[in-house]
Amino acid sequence: MLNFLWAGMVLIGIIVAAFQGNLGAVCEGVVASSKEAVELLFVMAGVVSMWNGMLYIAKNSGLINLLTEKMRPLLRFLFPKLPAGHKAAGYISANFIANILGLGWACTPTGLQAMEALKELEQERGNDPAVASNEMCTFLLLNISSLQLIPINMIAYRSQYGSAAPVSVAGPALLATAVTTVAALVICKLMCGVSMRRVSHRKKE
Amino acid sequence: MVQILNFLSVFMIPLVIFYIVGYGLMAGRPVFEDFLEGGKNGFQIIVEIAPTIVGLMVAVGVLRTSGALELIGELLKPVAGLFHIPAEIIPLSIVKMFSASGANGLLFDLFKEFGTDSYVGMSASILLSCTETLFYTVSVYFMSIGVSRSRWSVPAGIFVAVLSLFVSVWIAGGYIPS
Repeated sequence: MLNFLWAGMVLIGIIVAAFQGNLGAVCEGVVASSKEAVELLFVMAGVVSMWNGMLYIAKNSGLINLLTEKMRPLLRFLFPKLPAGHKAAGYISANFIANILGLGWACTPTGLQAMEALKELEQERGNDPAVASNEMCTFLLLNISSLQLIPINMIAYRSQYGSAAPVSVAGPALLATAVTTVAALVICKLMCGVSMRRVSHRKKE
Repeated sequence: MVQILNFLSVFMIPLVIFYIVGYGLMAGRPVFEDFLEGGKNGFQIIVEIAPTIVGLMVAVGVLRTSGALELIGELLKPVAGLFHIPAEIIPLSIVKMFSASGANGLLFDLFKEFGTDSYVGMSASILLSCTETLFYTVSVYFMSIGVSRSRWSVPAGIFVAVLSLFVSVWIAGGYIPS
């Protein structure tokens, strides 16, 4: 899926550019964006390493375990097949907290390590780790649908651009986030149910 | 309300860091050593995701400079009109799927043109607050660690992204009459 999407973006972009006479701009754009990507990575390297350091302190001091314990009912609802006490549970809880508090790039290291742990779980289960499991898809979708309570960055942008009421976005944004998150949850539960039925069907055969 | 939110936005990160380091110290951990171990791993994470980010940004760069985005926006205009979605929001919702920094650039253009508190400005503000960057998240979380078959997650993610567009415009309409 991603292969086709990525290739589609590049190919369609170049075809459109050829017809509209924008090939020169694309030529510059490609070089400029790869440069931009590395500049972004430089900034990210500092922030991500800082948050990952914090994550390790929290993990080694038992803070993550405490958090996971508190979030157990939620985790059991979202990931019913995830074994209690699996290390993925700790990273998932840390990622959710980082998302909810709006800690920005703290989400990337926690999310990546949660995914790695979920991948190891698939290996333990004897499944192909290159295929996304239901847990991986659910976790990913909740990250996409956003869990942020207060859109701190958006408030800052709005006041920067002269809004009379920069904070007025907070309520509507929370409502919209709630709607998309509930929708994502419903889809996840539906799809997990469908794929589970398929697996049990296959086993019967 | 405004003051509480401002307070939170300034103090959230320092408070979280204070809590984590304080908790580690109270638990008798060598916190700086733990931090360094995590920081080292953090740099490895960056190296792992670097090619993904470059690939994604280049694809977005091609799409943005080629004029394809404007074309797609133009093609989708009648559909958007059918659902009372302002045409200016369509390119924003497409860019938002690929790159947060690209979406912010478009957002600032909309703010300058229509004002932050207009119908368009409010829709855009809500839209960028209620979903994360779809393809960045999928690429970084799946591709970087070698999960190549994403199954139902990408179609589901696109559905959520499209839904967020409708929801944002609809909620903004409730706040600000168009």
